[in-house]
Amino acid sequence: MYKLWSSIKKEVLLLKRDLGGLVILFVMPLVLIITITLIQDSTFKTVNDSKIPILVVDNDNGEVSKVIRKNLEESNSFEVISKPNENEAKDLVFKGKYQLAIVIPTKLSTDLQLKVNQNVNKIVSEFGMTDSTDVSSDQKIDAKEVKLYFDPAAQSTFRNAVKNSIDKMISQIETKSIYSAFQEQLGEDETAFQQESFITFKEITPKKGDKEIIPNSTQHNVPAWTLFAIFFIVIPLSINIVKEKNQGTMIRLRTNPVSYFTIIAGKTITFLVICMVQFYLMVAVGVYLFPQINLPALQIEGILGLMSIVALFAGFAAIGFGILLGTIAKTQEQSAPFGATSVVILAAVGGVWVPVFAMPKIMQVIAGISPMNWGLNAFYDVILRNATFLDIVPEISYLFLFFIAMILISLFYDEKKRAV
Amino acid sequence: MESPIIQIKFLSKQYRDADIFSVDKLSLDVKKGEIFGLLGPNGAGKTTLISMLCGLIKPTSGEFSINGLLYKNDSKNIKKIIGVVPQEYALYPTLTARENLEYFGAMYGLKGDDLKEKVVESLDYLGLLKFADKKIDTYSGGMKRRINLIAGILHKPTVLFLDEPTVGVDVQSKNVIIDYLKKLNSEGTTIIYTSHHLIEAQDFCTQIAIIDAGKIFAEGTPENLISETKNAHNLEDVFISLIGKELRDNV
Repeated sequence: MYKLWSSIKKEVLLLKRDLGGLVILFVMPLVLIITITLIQDSTFKTVNDSKIPILVVDNDNGEVSKVIRKNLEESNSFEVISKPNENEAKDLVFKGKYQLAIVIPTKLSTDLQLKVNQNVNKIVSEFGMTDSTDVSSDQKIDAKEVKLYFDPAAQSTFRNAVKNSIDKMISQIETKSIYSAFQEQLGEDETAFQQESFITFKEITPKKGDKEIIPNSTQHNVPAWTLFAIFFIVIPLSINIVKEKNQGTMIRLRTNPVSYFTIIAGKTITFLVICMVQFYLMVAVGVYLFPQINLPALQIEGILGLMSIVALFAGFAAIGFGILLGTIAKTQEQSAPFGATSVVILAAVGGVWVPVFAMPKIMQVIAGISPMNWGLNAFYDVILRNATFLDIVPEISYLFLFFIAMILISLFYDEKKRAV
Repeated sequence: MESPIIQIKFLSKQYRDADIFSVDKLSLDVKKGEIFGLLGPNGAGKTTLISMLCGLIKPTSGEFSINGLLYKNDSKNIKKIIGVVPQEYALYPTLTARENLEYFGAMYGLKGDDLKEKVVESLDYLGLLKFADKKIDTYSGGMKRRINLIAGILHKPTVLFLDEPTVGVDVQSKNVIIDYLKKLNSEGTTIIYTSHHLIEAQDFCTQIAIIDAGKIFAEGTPENLISETKNAHNLEDVFISLIGKELRDNV
């Protein structure tokens, strides 16, 4: 036991002596979490403070284009800037000055009205409800095309979101026109058709007591990036082990009557404490600092205990990985870049950036065996899904098993290496 | 007759992917209380032999015992009675000398006041007590060498393995180290020592084995080896006579 205690003391001293490294270990995750949350906050906000400037070329100047413009402005997401010329708008967008240009074709309003009237006339006359033989019913009306120009650098999520909302807007306009045409043909007053949507949707969120758990950028980002930061312990830990090998201290330790397990246990406990300090610092930032900088506060009421358990087991997994990497790597040049890159890959695969359900099938399978994904799911279970301890047992068990597997492989590798 | 404290029987080591044996069916007895010098050119197998005896690498075949304990059965207990001073400075550069020594002492099972006293005593003997709380990375080569030595002998080992303990140090540091080792030996520690300093070995060792290509070429007291070799005035002459003058560069 005294050997373990001495190992922990030595690890703490080594960390203390590298004050710069220690500060980076704690400060960088905080900077990361604040930056990412500030950036992503707009995605989650209902009222967006920063509007995206977009160009609209209105060749229609009719009722439909007026509605499109009005809807865009009322969406609170866009600042609509008019441009008279399509080519100019296209150039500006393709050069990256603007993210999007919408070109509304000529005679969109009148042709839409004509087309709708034609169709309605045809239906009404088939029912024999009118003897109207409108001359326009045979007139050929070309389909209209609203052109969208995107900045080539615009991400597909943004493109899809814009395309969907424009599509929805146009569908609504068409529907309204059809209703109006029927009203006109049938001579009904405006109250005859209820033009409001019959089908609406309502989002039901989980409740904690009487309080609804509404996801916001903080609830998503704090767990995701906390996990990311916890896994970054892989880098200093693996460097620590590689240094011991290169300094010769590991050779000395191997000749001492101390097991490799005790040496690893000393490192595990020390770095686990660091992981937990990192975690509590990030939680403190979410709870106390975020509201001061107009970000939603992290709600931890009644869940801090469970969150701590998840962080602890995520820490175990990260430390196991760091120990394996440090055991296998021969130089810091091997361990540091590999550690950093593999953590980023684990984060990507684990769903820190793109949700797992949105990934291709093969990546979803890989995500299922990613420790970062187990940790993230456990955090989301606790923070957003109102989970109990029993609910997170599978995920934290996987994390701990991952740690055990990494340690066993390290011990096996170490043993093998001595039989060179 | 007292049984040898180290008994090596047909010990061999062939590294993976190597064509030749670094240590080749080597047998050797070391008596209690000896200062046993393992001398040989670069690549002779000295460090490989010591690494096997310390448990750093596993032999390909053969066996050895230390203090009557067979290594393959009793490695844990053997590690408690041996001390190792590797060739490189096996110390934490950002820790102080005291912190390094207290840590390595603890790994040998020392603790509390006993550990602290032994650290102070050793530092004092080797003239480093006033620098005890300075970080190792501020030490000179000679000072590091002395701390490196203390880290391996704090627990007063029964058998001490020294791999080039005086390499790269000034005469003063070398003398202090040799004196300290002689003191340890007089207190009952058996010393196994490798070096390229043949004159130093001649003065220091009570028994010498000259090895090359993983085999022992000659063994005896320095005086006997010199007297038995034609035209030899010192150990260097013996060495050249047995091993030859050609360079032993190898990769």
